[in-house]
Amino acid sequence: MSTTNESAPRLHVVVADKRVASHAPASRSTRPPLGQGLRTPLSHRVGEFVIHAMALAAVLAIALIFLFIAKEALPILFDTAAQDEIGGLSALVVPRQWPGYDVAQYVWQPVGEIPKLNVVPLFVGTLKVTLLSMLFAVPLAVGAAVYVSQYASKRSRELLKPAIELLASIPSVVLGFFALMILATFVQGLLGTTYRLNVIVASLGLTLAIAPLVFTISEDALSSVPKDLVHAALALGARKHQVVLRVVLPAALPGIAAAVILGLGRAIGETLVVLMASGNAAVVELFDPTTSARTVTATIAAELGEVTQGDPHWRVLFLLGTLLFVVTFVLNRAGALVIDRLHKRLSGGAA
Amino acid sequence: MRSLLTLTVLATLASVGLLACSGGHGREPDPAATTESPGTEPSAAQPARGGTLSVKGSDTMVILAQRWAEGFMASHEGAQIQVSGGGSGTGISALLAGTADVANASRPMNERERTTLSTDRHAEAHETRVALDALAIYVHRDNPVTSLTMEQLASIYRGQVTNWSAVGGPDRPIVLYSRENNSGTYAYFKEHVLANADFAITAQTLPGTAAVINAVSQDVGGIGYGGIGYAQGIRTVPIAGADGTPIEPTLENATSGRYPLSRFLFMYTAGAPSGLAADFLSFVTSEDGQRLVEQAGFYPLPREGAAPAPGAPPATAPAAPVAPGGAEPAAAQPAATEPGATAPTAPSEAAAAPQ
Repeated sequence: MSTTNESAPRLHVVVADKRVASHAPASRSTRPPLGQGLRTPLSHRVGEFVIHAMALAAVLAIALIFLFIAKEALPILFDTAAQDEIGGLSALVVPRQWPGYDVAQYVWQPVGEIPKLNVVPLFVGTLKVTLLSMLFAVPLAVGAAVYVSQYASKRSRELLKPAIELLASIPSVVLGFFALMILATFVQGLLGTTYRLNVIVASLGLTLAIAPLVFTISEDALSSVPKDLVHAALALGARKHQVVLRVVLPAALPGIAAAVILGLGRAIGETLVVLMASGNAAVVELFDPTTSARTVTATIAAELGEVTQGDPHWRVLFLLGTLLFVVTFVLNRAGALVIDRLHKRLSGGAA
Repeated sequence: MRSLLTLTVLATLASVGLLACSGGHGREPDPAATTESPGTEPSAAQPARGGTLSVKGSDTMVILAQRWAEGFMASHEGAQIQVSGGGSGTGISALLAGTADVANASRPMNERERTTLSTDRHAEAHETRVALDALAIYVHRDNPVTSLTMEQLASIYRGQVTNWSAVGGPDRPIVLYSRENNSGTYAYFKEHVLANADFAITAQTLPGTAAVINAVSQDVGGIGYGGIGYAQGIRTVPIAGADGTPIEPTLENATSGRYPLSRFLFMYTAGAPSGLAADFLSFVTSEDGQRLVEQAGFYPLPREGAAPAPGAPPATAPAAPVAPGGAEPAAAQPAATEPGATAPTAPSEAAAAPQ
């Protein structure tokens, strides 16, 4: 907690911590530190080894998963025969005028005489659904977090927080089904959209999945802003909303940013809701949210069960998987980094 | 309720799709476990066998296969039939990988899949025709369109016709509902209606016939396609023949081959079925099994010897004009110009008739 604080600690607890920390290395030469006696029983060492291996297994699993999907994807970048089959590597990203089409288009039609595997519509779909759902989810979740952490009475806080967090435990199949059956009808009735299943419906469904996540992390960040700051501001005569807007929110901003980034990662990776509610037509239409969209994840989920192993289509699906892995991995790391910075900033700035 | 169940099953399947096809799918019924009684060779004739049989594939056939499984388990104590959907392609992949014992398919297995089966599992694909299905064209109940020709249907699904007014309906945009490309129904439609051309980019692909029905039933401008067994809460549009007479997807029209979009449904096993699979398949093709077909809303196999409607080729024989050897020649004649020719399609490679 405050071990990162280099300035002279003022709190008693911190002083005590420091003393222990500074004593430990000095006494190592004469006596081993507590819990690390010279003669640890064999059974203990075996136990320690086993839990160590368990911890490593998680890291190993991630590495192996990445290697596996990358190994299946990479040959498409080098295998010229496979590239010829799909009309060259550029066909993956550049619009083509395929036989039977009037104009050059981005086409994702993987089953046919020529597999047309342009990934642009999929990324456009993912981008649209993700951004729109963030647009819905972030204000909702952050607003709820501000209310619950700053304004709500103890009783309503004890009711609201678990209720919102319960939303996170709803399986995404159920959310997808809800979006497909109820939200779609509602949105069409409200906006009169031509397409019943569209980006708006999918984004609303996705909002239900990511808002609780963003809420939980934001709420934690807001609640962990030291009360001293709040009290000091109040003592200086600030009103409640001034405290919230100018003291608490800025202090919790890195935590909220982390929540948004983690929510973004979840939104990109979420599969079932979009598979069920977005209509899955691979259209390239950047700005109209009332059209259908096909996302990267939904494409992988829907098609991987069918393709022949080693097929160019198979390779491209794995390529999409690799990209998805990298993007969500980077986003998660970024989120963790931001959380880390929040802790440093708060423990450094608050004392 | 059922659609909720089906969707849930589908969705779960979709999510494990990645795992399933990497082969690391820890499902227990591996083919070796189908006959549980130890020391019993599968070939030994035994009236009732216990064990587990995993049946997987076509979403069109899920409700049908479930009825068969229930009927079979009621009369065969100790037998467990597990039915799941996922699409014909998914079922066939599972058969190739050995994670399913029987693959349901609403399209015949293609050459590539047959080759994979013989190299990977050292077995020939064994095909059994289990029912007849008419691919119905669904529209919303309030849609006044009386019939569509095959040409109109093709241009609608290729995106060349985008308003119902062009085919005798009201001035309203057409919303296309299609199936995912692992669906046998998708493959059949693409081959027989679109002549292997691509679907319009705006065609929405839904995971399962139940989802298509649901979407069309709530969308006044919607059009979808799928098995006749699911046709509830929507209207099916008859397909106009060459002379303009609308042909409804009825039992008579499907059996006689007048309805241009009728097809067989298949069950595949790796090698000739043995043990529990053989019992199950003979139940499916028995009179009792075929009665269940009617209850599920599909059409039973034409009885052998029973005369089909005059002038049409018997539906059990492979349709004569279909050239052997691949999809291309068959696709050249998808239009309803000769009602008999495109008929209950015994598609090209489906030479193996059900004994």
